[in-house]
Amino acid sequence: MKFFDNHKMLFTVATLFFVVLTILVAIIPAVNNQNRNRPLPGAEPLSAEAAKGKAVFIANGCVACHTQQVRNVDMDKIWGSRPGVPADYAGITRTSIWQNTATLMGTERTGPDLTDIGNRQPSRDWNLVHLYNPRIVVEASVMPAYPWLFTIKDTPDENDVVVNVPPDYMKGKKGKVVATSDALNLVAYLQSLKQVQLPDGMPEPAFLYKREIEQSTTPGKGPDGAALYIANCQSCHQANGEGLPGAFPPLKGSKVVNDDANLELYVDIIMNGYDARPEYGAMAPIGTIMNFSEQDVAAIINHERSSWGNNGKKVTPEEIKKIMDFVKLKAATQ
Amino acid sequence: MQRLKPAITVPFLLCILMMMVPAAAQEAGKTGYSLLATGPWWRGLMLALAVAMLAVAALMVLKVIELRNSSNQRSGADEKERYQEHLRRLTSKQIDAVLQYKKKQGNHTGVMRLLITCLITATLALSGSHQLMAQAPVSSEPSSLLGEGGIIITIILVSIPVLATLILLTVRLSNMAKRYRRRAQLIEAAAFADYLKSLPDEVVENVLKKRKAALDYSLSQQELSGTQQPDDARGLLQIKGEPGLPVVAAKKKALPRPHIDPRLSRLVLWYLGTATWWLLFGTTVGEYVGIKFLAPDADHLPWLSFGRLRPVHTNAVFWGWASLAMLGLGYYIVPRVSNVKLASIRMGWYALYCINASVVIGTICLMAGINNGGGEYREYTWPVMLLFGIGLALTLINYWKTIAARATKQIYISNWYIVSAVIFTIVIALAAYLPYWQNGLGETIIQGYYMHQGVGMWFMLFTLGIVYYFLPQQLNKPIYSYSLGILAFWTQILFYTLIGSHHFVFSSIPWWLQTVAIVGSMGMAIPVIAGTTNFLMTFKGAWYKVRDSYTLPFFLVGIIFYFTGSMQGSAEAFRFTNLVWHFTDFTVAHSHLTMYGIISFLLWACTYAVVPRLTGREAPHWSIGAHFWMALVGLLFYSVPLMIGGTLKGLAWMQGKPFIESVELMGPYWLWRAIGGSLMWLSHIFFAYNMYKMIARKEAIDVRETAILQLQKAATLHPEPIA
Repeated sequence: MKFFDNHKMLFTVATLFFVVLTILVAIIPAVNNQNRNRPLPGAEPLSAEAAKGKAVFIANGCVACHTQQVRNVDMDKIWGSRPGVPADYAGITRTSIWQNTATLMGTERTGPDLTDIGNRQPSRDWNLVHLYNPRIVVEASVMPAYPWLFTIKDTPDENDVVVNVPPDYMKGKKGKVVATSDALNLVAYLQSLKQVQLPDGMPEPAFLYKREIEQSTTPGKGPDGAALYIANCQSCHQANGEGLPGAFPPLKGSKVVNDDANLELYVDIIMNGYDARPEYGAMAPIGTIMNFSEQDVAAIINHERSSWGNNGKKVTPEEIKKIMDFVKLKAATQ
Repeated sequence: MQRLKPAITVPFLLCILMMMVPAAAQEAGKTGYSLLATGPWWRGLMLALAVAMLAVAALMVLKVIELRNSSNQRSGADEKERYQEHLRRLTSKQIDAVLQYKKKQGNHTGVMRLLITCLITATLALSGSHQLMAQAPVSSEPSSLLGEGGIIITIILVSIPVLATLILLTVRLSNMAKRYRRRAQLIEAAAFADYLKSLPDEVVENVLKKRKAALDYSLSQQELSGTQQPDDARGLLQIKGEPGLPVVAAKKKALPRPHIDPRLSRLVLWYLGTATWWLLFGTTVGEYVGIKFLAPDADHLPWLSFGRLRPVHTNAVFWGWASLAMLGLGYYIVPRVSNVKLASIRMGWYALYCINASVVIGTICLMAGINNGGGEYREYTWPVMLLFGIGLALTLINYWKTIAARATKQIYISNWYIVSAVIFTIVIALAAYLPYWQNGLGETIIQGYYMHQGVGMWFMLFTLGIVYYFLPQQLNKPIYSYSLGILAFWTQILFYTLIGSHHFVFSSIPWWLQTVAIVGSMGMAIPVIAGTTNFLMTFKGAWYKVRDSYTLPFFLVGIIFYFTGSMQGSAEAFRFTNLVWHFTDFTVAHSHLTMYGIISFLLWACTYAVVPRLTGREAPHWSIGAHFWMALVGLLFYSVPLMIGGTLKGLAWMQGKPFIESVELMGPYWLWRAIGGSLMWLSHIFFAYNMYKMIARKEAIDVRETAILQLQKAATLHPEPIA
């Protein structure tokens, strides 16, 4: 065809075709989404520390393994209480003149999603130990260690944040491990990652592809306490229930766990967190964050009371339900 | 005929029996496994089984008919004719035996018996062994309905006895046929022996002796050549030396191409040479990153940490290896198919500097922790990418001017693809790096567009262009269909541009945009099938060339992966497959099947095709073979375990298992990935060695060439006096 024998015509037509399609499927939707969406009313802008921490997060390429998106599918429920909406990302703008916007949605989930990590794992102590070497707290982890975010000091100052690293991971180094400002900022950023509640009246997108076999369909059996423990408790209290000395208390032989007289406190800790013992880090209100049902709590308690040589009384979801209602009320009135 | 009756009736009975088997099996499917019967693939399997059984039934009927016919033939056909046929088919040795026997006939009748025994053993051997009968049916009780894995187990259990029955019936029937045939043949052999005994002498003389002479005839091997040395006036003969016992297959030598500007050669070789360096560097980094999955504490240096090295690997192989190799090959092809010189060799060098500088600086920046903020393949900051863009712009001007000055009327299809790829990539880079539409979700939408257009419009489009040149050249025949190439060109633009957002299915980007991307991914079947058909049909009639070429196997692997890798990408875009595979290592396997299986294999094919033409030197064929096999086997070891592991990981997530379990289960698959990756990496050492051999090797002194040169030198120093 004569038309195609003219290089100017041929390449102009091809380019126009491509450019028009580009504008239709990329540029216009991008501009629309940029202009139409505003941050949610409850969203807080990053603090100065968290913003610096985000820069550390970006510089070290954490997005290679950690996504920050809760998809509207049932399997993503464990990463947040609701699917992500455009407004969640609306407040994120260009990082600097040299760097583009970092929504950090990611495309691979070699590690857990971090959308709601600030709620799920708010403990600074845990995060610092985990950053120094993830295998201290999660044995099977393949995450890189970040010892260069810490320094070793013989005599830390009053303001220094000392990280309790087990001797095995000190590699013969003497002194105390002290978090640098980079490490503290990074943790501040992680702590700031919380899903914001949608304002009243805004419809919440549904989770699709619901799992057909729900745990509650088998009456009498209930949820798997061991799996719940692995998913929610093990990273601090460890698989052997011994915790981490100086950071997380042991559950093995614990009075709170074993003595039935402490059941109310026990449920209270699971649902509302705990920070009564200065020698250990604070515990997050994990039960409330993860929306535990009385079946879940009973399963966890029964698992913990029957593992690692513990020998406590079995509980039923019914009695837990009563206590849960009570401690919820107590937490609300406090 | 009487004897035949059971032979016919039994199979018929068996046929009826066998027809009942699928019915029974289906009944079991309806009653015992009501849940399974509803599954479409269960129905598919039952259908396949039923078809198999029908096929066996048909086979049996055919066998019976055959048996019947042969018995009719035996009883009715002219005996003499058959004996004549037997006579014609006697081997030289057998004829010898008959002649010997005829000589001694009268005093040594025993010889006849010997011949008969010979014949009988031969027929026995023909009739095959009974060993097949040993196949026993594996009976297996279908177990009760199990959980999810139970579906598979149940179906296997159900199909084992059914299949075993089928096999047994087939074996039984064919054995029966064999037994019957053997008996008939024994009778025939005895009759034939009698016939031989009674042969008159003139037949022996005229028929058998002539036949023996004919069978014993053999060529002298010089019928065509004669005994004289050939007179090769046109230089057509290429006589290989004594082949000896080759350890590796001998391949055809590359043809020298004399009329290439040495300055252009140098430019192309530098592109390919630096590309080879980036391949080595990038995959060394990749190998190390892969090992870190197994040994996360291998080092504790910030510059070598996983998150920083991963983009170093991807960007080095993208912008370093593949891009430079493509551009270098483009610098060879564009002027060649335009039948003019390259517009500006100097500009080509500037582009080379820019792109190499971009990758060097980009690598250092990434390792130092300076990146663009998280978008995959968009990790280089804009000043770094600007250098790459300048390189592209210079290349575009150069290609454009060359094509504008072309001596051909048409623009060869290669140039359509190549020039469009360069233009589109500049558009893509602008869309990705201009800040006006990058806030909030805008960044994500652009990211989806960018990462997929980078792959589809830069690497794939450009590589297709160079394949459209080098594949026909290596096969020494024109491309199968120019029109298919044009169809693929326009449909690639139409569908590929739409599919970017399929990397963010179920994310908060607009649902309609996700749907458009999924539909576009389906549409990609058109250009992919058009392209694959075109390439494979070009091979038609020239498949034999694959055997003794060392470039064509690379092309073939690249084309196969072009089809499977691309179609796999389309399948991955479905919403359901996104549930299982998204975010898992399956994606990593896919990107290696495509970027490595398609792009790298095709680039190697073209590199091995062009470099010997530029330098006149070839790499050792064994070493090219080592490169090919290690890369191919390595890629399969790399990707198949990752696909299996990725699927298991996705299923574990869907079942709500604790996350850390999905990390632990990947252990063995990551190990296999590291093993496959090591093979791939080793193959690149061979590739680098081959490049060295093709480019830098100092040639041993060519005695003939040197002698001529010395003669010429002498002639210029002492010119003959002009008469």
